[in-house]
Amino acid sequence: MNSLLLRIAARYLSWPLLVVSLWLLYRGHNLPGGGFIGGLLAASAFMLYELSGYGRPQRGFFSISPFFFMPVGLGVAVLSALPGLLGGAFMKGLWLPGFELPLLGKVHLGTPLLFDIGVYLTVIGFILLLADTLNDESS
Amino acid sequence: MIDLLVISPILVPLLTLIVCLIPRISAKTSDAISLTSAGVLLACVSWLLITVVSHGTLTLRAGGWAPPFGIVLVADTLSALMLWISAFVAFVVLIYGVRSGPDALSPGHLHVLIHGLIHGLMLGVNGSFLTGDLFNLYVWFEVMLISSFILMVREGHHSQLPGGLTYVLLNLLASALFLSGAGLIYGKLGTLNLADMAAKLGALQDPDLVNTSGALIFVAFAAKAALFPFHFWLPASYHRAAPAISALFAGLLTKVGVYALLRLFTLVFTPANGFSTTLILYLSMATMILGVLGAVAQYHIRRLLAFHIISQIGYMTAGLALGGELALTAVIFYVLHHIAVKSTLFLVGGVLEARTGSPDIRHHGGFYQSSPLLALCFLIPAFSLGGIPPLSGFWAKLNLLQAGIETGRWLFIATALIVGILTLFSMIKIWNESFWKAPASDHPRPATNTGGRPFLAMLSLCGLTLVFSLGGAFVFRLAQRAAGELADPSGYLDAVLKGGTL
Repeated sequence: MNSLLLRIAARYLSWPLLVVSLWLLYRGHNLPGGGFIGGLLAASAFMLYELSGYGRPQRGFFSISPFFFMPVGLGVAVLSALPGLLGGAFMKGLWLPGFELPLLGKVHLGTPLLFDIGVYLTVIGFILLLADTLNDESS
Repeated sequence: MIDLLVISPILVPLLTLIVCLIPRISAKTSDAISLTSAGVLLACVSWLLITVVSHGTLTLRAGGWAPPFGIVLVADTLSALMLWISAFVAFVVLIYGVRSGPDALSPGHLHVLIHGLIHGLMLGVNGSFLTGDLFNLYVWFEVMLISSFILMVREGHHSQLPGGLTYVLLNLLASALFLSGAGLIYGKLGTLNLADMAAKLGALQDPDLVNTSGALIFVAFAAKAALFPFHFWLPASYHRAAPAISALFAGLLTKVGVYALLRLFTLVFTPANGFSTTLILYLSMATMILGVLGAVAQYHIRRLLAFHIISQIGYMTAGLALGGELALTAVIFYVLHHIAVKSTLFLVGGVLEARTGSPDIRHHGGFYQSSPLLALCFLIPAFSLGGIPPLSGFWAKLNLLQAGIETGRWLFIATALIVGILTLFSMIKIWNESFWKAPASDHPRPATNTGGRPFLAMLSLCGLTLVFSLGGAFVFRLAQRAAGELADPSGYLDAVLKGGTL
């Protein structure tokens, strides 16, 4: 990876990609998108950042380990299933009352979104671990 | 609260798996977490079993979606019994396998991960027992298999990889066949909920559909249960895994396949819906004979035992093919008895290997004199497996033979009797070689101290076998109740489609 253009571009592309991935994550409940696709995009942001330097960054947001994402993601997904027990059934979707926000319009927050966030984090962790392992093997 | 109780066999291992993913947990902590979790799981499923026996079938509608649209978890007597015995075996195997055992589960950094995978395996096993949805069953099977793939080759030894590869390939092939069968029947019925499928097939009466998709799904689960001619992966792989892991596999994995066969072929692909069970009976008989002949020829202790699993699976599926409440009762009793017995034998095999440094029984010897307790731990399950009264294997075989006589399947009875004698013969072979004869002098033994934990594990499993033997009537009544629910699925259909009794 010795292309200067690519390295600089990659560094500046990572953050916008992350923002887009969050937007995909949020819109996924009723439109194409969701935790899985958002997670894939976020993982590619991480990998792009990694390619722009020399291997895994040591500091900053992009240095977070896959081993952080996976347990946290799975944990969030499981936790999102539990409030449903109070509302009648395991994994039942519970929603907060909707409210208006600029740019996003009418916002609905609830346990299904929490579940999607769990999927999002797990997918990031898994893809990063996969990429790291392949990277180790080849070098 | 009932919801939480029904989901707990899935939730407890899942949470443990997540905790085991947290980096930098010490081996000692992970041992403690893993054992505690297995204990909690055992308590939960005991409570579930008691509730199911006293209140009838429990159901949980995930997300509150009514069937056939949502996924339903169903705990009837059969599910609850299977959940209980697998939680018991997992707990005992963990007692055997935690660090101080003869077989520390894994060196260094992998230790935590191995614990996580064992709970991942339990997650898949428990999910398979609970689910009331065909596709969901596939998903749980995959959860179980992926954990078992890694556990089987965990050290990455050269010797483990060929067996592991066969195991992975055959299971992938079986999964593909399962999906084809499920796709066929889903295309026609438009539902994946087992109870809904059963109701629709009963009204449709389409034997062609039932036989084609039933045969595909049968082959898939036959491969996972190691039925002839799909059995070859089992003796190639099981003895390569660590003793504690292979005991867990020997007890649970093939029996999950048998459970799935029991569930699907008494509920969906039934003779009443036009499914023909004759082929199952003949394949079962071939399995019984080939398995035991393989065992008779072996000298590697756990490989010998692995061949026995195949032979015994034949008994169970033969009972399924015979059909009727008596045969199903016998099969369920057989499965329970076999899980307890086979796990004990694998653990004993592990201790023998650790003490002699060799898996070949010709290098063993003298353990009757040097360790009578170990000899006892072998004798009880071995005689039970051979069908010596009053041990549990005798009652299991007796009931199966009775069912055979009632349906007039004389060829099956002859096969069962001959295979029974050969089973006893190969158990006596291990007894003679490992316990009775003088220690093999040409084979030096490593100075290993196996400690007390393995004995605690083996003795509790022997205790369970004795409960099945002497308290046979009580266990038999439970099995009878489970078989009654299978033979007349109207209760299951009502519980799933109209809402549970609670």
